[in-house]
Amino acid sequence: MTEKKWPETWQEINPGCMVFRPGSASEYHTGSWRAKRPIWENEKCIKCGVCYIYCPEGCVTETADGFFEANLDYCKGCGICAHECWPAAITMVNEEE
Amino acid sequence: MGKRVGMEVAIASAEAAALCRFDVAAVYPITPQSHVAEHLSDIVNDGRVDASFITVASEHSALSAAIGAAGTGARTVTATSSQGLLFMSEILPIASAMRLPIVMLIANRAVSGPINIWNDHSDIMPMRDTGWISFFADNGQEVVDMTIQAFKVGEDRRVMLPVNINMDGFQLTHMVEPIIMPDQEEVDRFLPSYVPYATLHPDKVVSMGTLGMPEIYAEAQKSKDVAIVNSIKVVREVWNEWEKQFGRKYEPIQSYQTEDADVVLVTMGSMGETAEIAVDELRKLGVKAGLLKIKLWRPFPFDELKKAVKGIKVLAVTDRACSFGGPGGPVFSEIRSALYDMPKRPKIVNYIIGLGGRDVQVEDFMEMTRKAAKGKLSEPYVFYGVRG
Repeated sequence: MTEKKWPETWQEINPGCMVFRPGSASEYHTGSWRAKRPIWENEKCIKCGVCYIYCPEGCVTETADGFFEANLDYCKGCGICAHECWPAAITMVNEEE
Repeated sequence: MGKRVGMEVAIASAEAAALCRFDVAAVYPITPQSHVAEHLSDIVNDGRVDASFITVASEHSALSAAIGAAGTGARTVTATSSQGLLFMSEILPIASAMRLPIVMLIANRAVSGPINIWNDHSDIMPMRDTGWISFFADNGQEVVDMTIQAFKVGEDRRVMLPVNINMDGFQLTHMVEPIIMPDQEEVDRFLPSYVPYATLHPDKVVSMGTLGMPEIYAEAQKSKDVAIVNSIKVVREVWNEWEKQFGRKYEPIQSYQTEDADVVLVTMGSMGETAEIAVDELRKLGVKAGLLKIKLWRPFPFDELKKAVKGIKVLAVTDRACSFGGPGGPVFSEIRSALYDMPKRPKIVNYIIGLGGRDVQVEDFMEMTRKAAKGKLSEPYVFYGVRG
């Protein structure tokens, strides 16, 4: 049985809206708000990891070959990675035209 | 059977909290609540209860610290007044939404401006919709009793809500009154140790104070409303239990001489005792006067009110706060709305009195009652005794 995302009725809400399942916030995909997504051009990337350090969501991770990518389930498209990227390897592109 | 003492009411309220064996007090001092803060601090310092006193930077921090403490399962008390209560306003609805049974002693005081440290109810009234259970005490004995009752009501698993006890600043807090202070053994019998619904503990993870998206926020608010509405049953139960054990009766609305009354005053807080004398004096003069004293302000006792006003021709509701630009004082608008559906309801008039420590005497209540007899005043709500 799949767990419900949130209680259906007010009667199902725990007192104080307490949540007894640790880590359940990760089921909420904040990336769904995103208007723009970051695109890495690995030819320009110097693998410095500034994007990884600056990402306020902590959704940028290092790949096996040392480049970086964003987990789009949580990337809100804020563009901080692109702004901080020294060699300008990251560009923000619209999700929809 | 308790001990009759002469004690300042602010001190007595802190003593009552000590009898409840609080675990944490987080309080920032403010006139006229300061003696409560000081005495709670003394009690902890002297090791009379096994508790922590958290010294905080402000009232905002005081209630925040109280929430944190209550989250760990500590029996928590705080206290404030006036601007301090308003400074807590951001945190008040969070405490109730988190369903933490914090008890708050409020020394009611006017809010600025003009700056005024004396008593009225303009501090609690803007805070009435924050989901706290609100008691109003007439005298020092009621402050002590209600403080002990508050922990029992708030901590009940069917309630789990914070409770505030309103005691008029100076008129109550700074009066030395004869009070029957219950024995520790009696209070222990009445109030069991607090068994929290959940506690913040690393071994058993729980998230408190969570995010509520549009998909769930309305349901969360509904569940909070149902909790406070239903809490009235527990309040009645606890008050009945109190009467059985301690012999002092508490009712959400206390009627005085209303059986055959034509004109009935409505008060909240310490002025009720002055109004009682006015009723006695009026009855000597042949005026069929009566009095209703509201002891439970939230949840509002609709059933008790409807029962209490049966047969009454005129209700003269007194308010110690004004809803500026609104329909009158908050108690008045509440009562008028509560009785709207009654096929045979009394006429209701509103006096705004006792603002910022203005004295209201027996003669004033007598005059207000006489003027109210017609069931209509010169204005929808009258600032009684205002010059000009």
